[in-house]
Amino acid sequence: MVALNINGRVYDVDADPEMPLLWAIRDRLNMTGTKFGCGRALCGACTVHIDGEAARSCSIMVGTVAGKQITTIEGVTGKVADAVRGAWQKLDVVQCGYCQSGQIMNAITLLSGNSKPTDADIDLSMEGNICRCGTYVRIRAAIHEAAKALT
Amino acid sequence: MMSRIPLKGWLLVLGLLAVGWVGPGLTQSTPPQPANGPSAGLAAWDGIAKVLQHPRCLNCHQVDTPLQGDSRRPHIPNVVRGTDNHGVVGMRCSNCHNETGNNPTSGVPGAPHWQLAPTSMQWQGLSSGDLCRALKDPERNGKRSLDDLVHHMGLEGDPLVLWAWTPGAGREAIPISHPAFIDLLKTWARGGGPCPQ
Repeated sequence: MVALNINGRVYDVDADPEMPLLWAIRDRLNMTGTKFGCGRALCGACTVHIDGEAARSCSIMVGTVAGKQITTIEGVTGKVADAVRGAWQKLDVVQCGYCQSGQIMNAITLLSGNSKPTDADIDLSMEGNICRCGTYVRIRAAIHEAAKALT
Repeated sequence: MMSRIPLKGWLLVLGLLAVGWVGPGLTQSTPPQPANGPSAGLAAWDGIAKVLQHPRCLNCHQVDTPLQGDSRRPHIPNVVRGTDNHGVVGMRCSNCHNETGNNPTSGVPGAPHWQLAPTSMQWQGLSSGDLCRALKDPERNGKRSLDDLVHHMGLEGDPLVLWAWTPGAGREAIPISHPAFIDLLKTWARGGGPCPQ
């Protein structure tokens, strides 16, 4: 049994310590906002926050995150999250939407650590989040828009 | 018979017995002594260099971006060193690599403090001799003595180094055993850390 603190609530999950966190979130706890993409930490669709830092939940094992604060797209709050959501809506970033949960979670981490990112900063920080629709230009613009809203 | 051996001859036999030389049979039963000296150390270095230049070590002793896999391709996704050798915000090594070990499901390797080696320990492109001099230079090796280096790579040393012998499926482990590698390191250190030209 592993105790997982997700979105401020503790869940006791009967899981092997090597189970990927994404399996526990989606299949055991039915929080399906976090997506499965590649299962190998290559695409970023499964991005959540662990103690505020972006993490690929398909690769992080549940045994390593007991006692840590895990946040999913369903529970992320705060002024940075609000600014990112607002910018995403204002610029109509989403196309098919499958990757956007991960994109938004990573953008929140970026802006929490770097309030005025350059294009190069955004490209490096968002490198691990792939969008099959190619919305990268709008993602970058929305991050700048959210940064502006936060100042 | 005794009378045919001169007194000097008997004294020689007694003297040899006193210093312990009694024939090849007993000589062979003494344990082999470890090789010492610069020439033994230099011979050991060849084996050490092969380990340090293996992808499991060299892939993360890079300038700004690690390499990946046995083929030494650039890391996918692109990651960079950042200010603390652990990446930049939103793309930290620990975002994917577990502190506790390899993830058998995703195939992503893991070990404590997964990171790029510090800039001073950039080994890519160095000749064997230059790698040797970089390894033993305290200004570039984290202020380590030769004995510190043996410890750093030993069983009680850095678990990130030891990971190279258990890298998980799909990655070749260091091709010689860890005890054999440590024996080479000790021989090199005893010889004063000699380096090829």
